[in-house]
Amino acid sequence: MVTQRPEHERIVITGMGLTAPNGNSPDEFRRSLLDGISGVTDYEIRYFGKTVAGICDFDALRYQKRREVRRGTRAGSVGIYCTHESIADSGLDWENTDKANVGVYVGVTEHGNVETENEIYQIKQYDYDCSFWTHHHNPRTVANNPAGEISLNLGIVGPHYTLGAACAAGNAGLIQGCQMLRLGECDVALAGGVSESIHTFGIFAGFNSQGALAKHDDPTKASRPFDADRTGIVVAEGGCMMVLERLPDAAARGAKIYGEIVGHAMNSDATDFVMPNPDRQAECIRLALKRAQLNPEDIDIVSTHATGTTTGDTQECEALRRVFNGEGRTAVNNTKSFIGHAMGAAGVLELAGNLPAFNDRVCHATINVDRLDPECEVAGLVINEPRELDKADVILNNSFGMLGINSVVIVRRI
Amino acid sequence: MTADDIREAVVEILSDIAPDEDLSGLKEEVPFRDQLELDSMDFLDIVMELRKQYRIQIPEEDYPELASMKSTVAYLEPVMKDIEK
Repeated sequence: MVTQRPEHERIVITGMGLTAPNGNSPDEFRRSLLDGISGVTDYEIRYFGKTVAGICDFDALRYQKRREVRRGTRAGSVGIYCTHESIADSGLDWENTDKANVGVYVGVTEHGNVETENEIYQIKQYDYDCSFWTHHHNPRTVANNPAGEISLNLGIVGPHYTLGAACAAGNAGLIQGCQMLRLGECDVALAGGVSESIHTFGIFAGFNSQGALAKHDDPTKASRPFDADRTGIVVAEGGCMMVLERLPDAAARGAKIYGEIVGHAMNSDATDFVMPNPDRQAECIRLALKRAQLNPEDIDIVSTHATGTTTGDTQECEALRRVFNGEGRTAVNNTKSFIGHAMGAAGVLELAGNLPAFNDRVCHATINVDRLDPECEVAGLVINEPRELDKADVILNNSFGMLGINSVVIVRRI
Repeated sequence: MTADDIREAVVEILSDIAPDEDLSGLKEEVPFRDQLELDSMDFLDIVMELRKQYRIQIPEEDYPELASMKSTVAYLEPVMKDIEK
């Protein structure tokens, strides 16, 4: 089906850069997803102790001086690495790009917890005397920090800010980028999401107190959405930034195009702080489909949000059953089973892990499903082994978050 | 601490604040900010580290005394003379 938007409102993805617990480039990440390689490992953090997490090993010093790393935040370093990689991948003539027409839109689940915890730990050594509290605290913890560090590092003088959207943030970053391009606020949107969450003990302790933190003797088996024996979320760090452009601009410079963002939607549950609402999730998916002028059967791959919690997984499956009516031709997968939950980066990372399907026509699996929870039976679920598809032209990417924030992005191959 | 001890301590602090810099050729009389990539926030780190490591409280009006190595050592010598290395 052909999109009816005017050409200058059609937004395409022309570059990707990422760091995930199982890969520091789109190619590495994709290979790990097809080969069933988990990025989850044992981890220990002060106060909380031993747990498991998805940890990234990208080289921060590839694009930052030691001084910048010291001054900034982990989220900033993740964002800077991913943005440099995405620009290089896009083939943009960066040197001659007008930096006033570049916008930076970074989704975050949370920001500032890591830095605040670190500083409280520091002043504890000085009997909580606040004169030992660092002057770096505010620039590190302001909500725009990760986007601002990208702007500083790359000399981007167009708009920059973060989107605080819980675990829907990666998609929210992309959606913001699309909208700003359509409004003419920028000509190049650097959009995506980042997570530094494994460096705050509070997120582990909070999920643990909520009964929602994954536990398993084998860390690679800890993240197991849809499995009957799932125990909760594996927290991960990571990031993915994409270069978005208006289709005519990308076509004019002969850019490689990963796909067109043909539909997107965000809505709110307005029902609970943490419990998802399948009615609103289904409505969000339907709204994105409507805007894309697509029917459910047009979708080739659904990249699920499922995090490995009992309720979250079943509620999303319920929403998918309502929209897709169990017709079964749409393949359904989950990337968190490999890397854990990369929070603000999750939505965009998971999309990046699936986009290569446009070329290889393979849907990567959701791993660690030894005993499928009957309540998570969704037609088309790709379990444990990748599946070759007859057609891979459209991907629908779910990303949901606390306080009832839902986001859906649909990308079509061009 | 002697003047040499203080100089050594300041170099140690600078090596942490400016980890990309080669401090071997640091000139005594030239302001730090004219020979190193340091901004006002980095400069405040010198003050903070002296406070943390040696419990020295430097009033804001005295910050200009910390401009160069020579002036820093001259300023700190009487302040740190009773501190054990």
